[in-house]
Amino acid sequence: MLASSGGEEIQGYLAQPHGDNARGSVVVIHHMPGYDRATKEITRRFAELGYNALCPNLYWRDAPDASPDDAAAACRAKGGVPDSRLIDDVGGAADYLRSLPTSNGKVATIGYCSGGRQSVLAACNLDIDAAVDCYGAYVTGTPRADFPIKITNLVDQLPALRAPLLGLFGNEDRYPSPAEVDELEKILQDNNKPYEFHRYDDAGHAFFAVDRPAYRVAAANDGWERIADFYRRYLAG
Amino acid sequence: MCTYATMTAAIDGSAKGPNGSWFHVTNAVAYFDHPVHAMAEHTLNLDFTDPSRGPSARVALELSADSARELVAAIQAALASAPDELR
Repeated sequence: MLASSGGEEIQGYLAQPHGDNARGSVVVIHHMPGYDRATKEITRRFAELGYNALCPNLYWRDAPDASPDDAAAACRAKGGVPDSRLIDDVGGAADYLRSLPTSNGKVATIGYCSGGRQSVLAACNLDIDAAVDCYGAYVTGTPRADFPIKITNLVDQLPALRAPLLGLFGNEDRYPSPAEVDELEKILQDNNKPYEFHRYDDAGHAFFAVDRPAYRVAAANDGWERIADFYRRYLAG
Repeated sequence: MCTYATMTAAIDGSAKGPNGSWFHVTNAVAYFDHPVHAMAEHTLNLDFTDPSRGPSARVALELSADSARELVAAIQAALASAPDELR
């Protein structure tokens, strides 16, 4: 269990490398289908890369101890994760990681799909050392007005982005579309924010998802290399 | 993408759910988004639930868009075929 910045305790999945050397940390933000096995595998991969990694269960308050798919359904039926709660939970996860004896004090975020947007959201509101956005929709772009789940883009928050941003996108994705990625890139340039984008042909949404038809091995392998390089630069002690 | 689109309906009926048990369902949620199990990027997902019994009191369906439309048509046809006095 980890304490959210909001004071409540929520569940998290922690993976750590062996040894007592000081190292950076990664908060892994799960996608809308939840705190699932695939996201826990990603969390373990960050430990294999040499980082303390923690995936907070963003649906814990809605459905403690439920299976990940039931919890995702329960949270969705209640309207989804409010942005303020996401910031509290990622903030709590970052604090937990910084409190570990092996922490070098540096913490990054990464998120996939809806978590990509939330990774950027966290980096606009929390002291994070690096953020990765994997194909998050509605960082820019306009959500449909009739979505029952109320979500806004992050355009007005991007000038407050506090961390370098790595963005990984598929050129066949429509959410975010290449034009929306262009818009994000222009906003970052206009605000002199450090960023690095990589866009992949023959890849659409969710190309990292090894258990889904969207998996694209070339894009995913290169993306993992880019992530490793990005964190090597920004999470070094 | 995670579409965020979620439609809800109040329903009154029963469903056969976890452990083969029947339970009363009060809520239906429909959304077009990533499935958990179906081999498709996006599916029409249906959750039939009774929130008072907890998150696991749920029967879930993940249908391709075409098959979801066929299901809607079949439901409409079944309802239309019933004698007026039974509806």
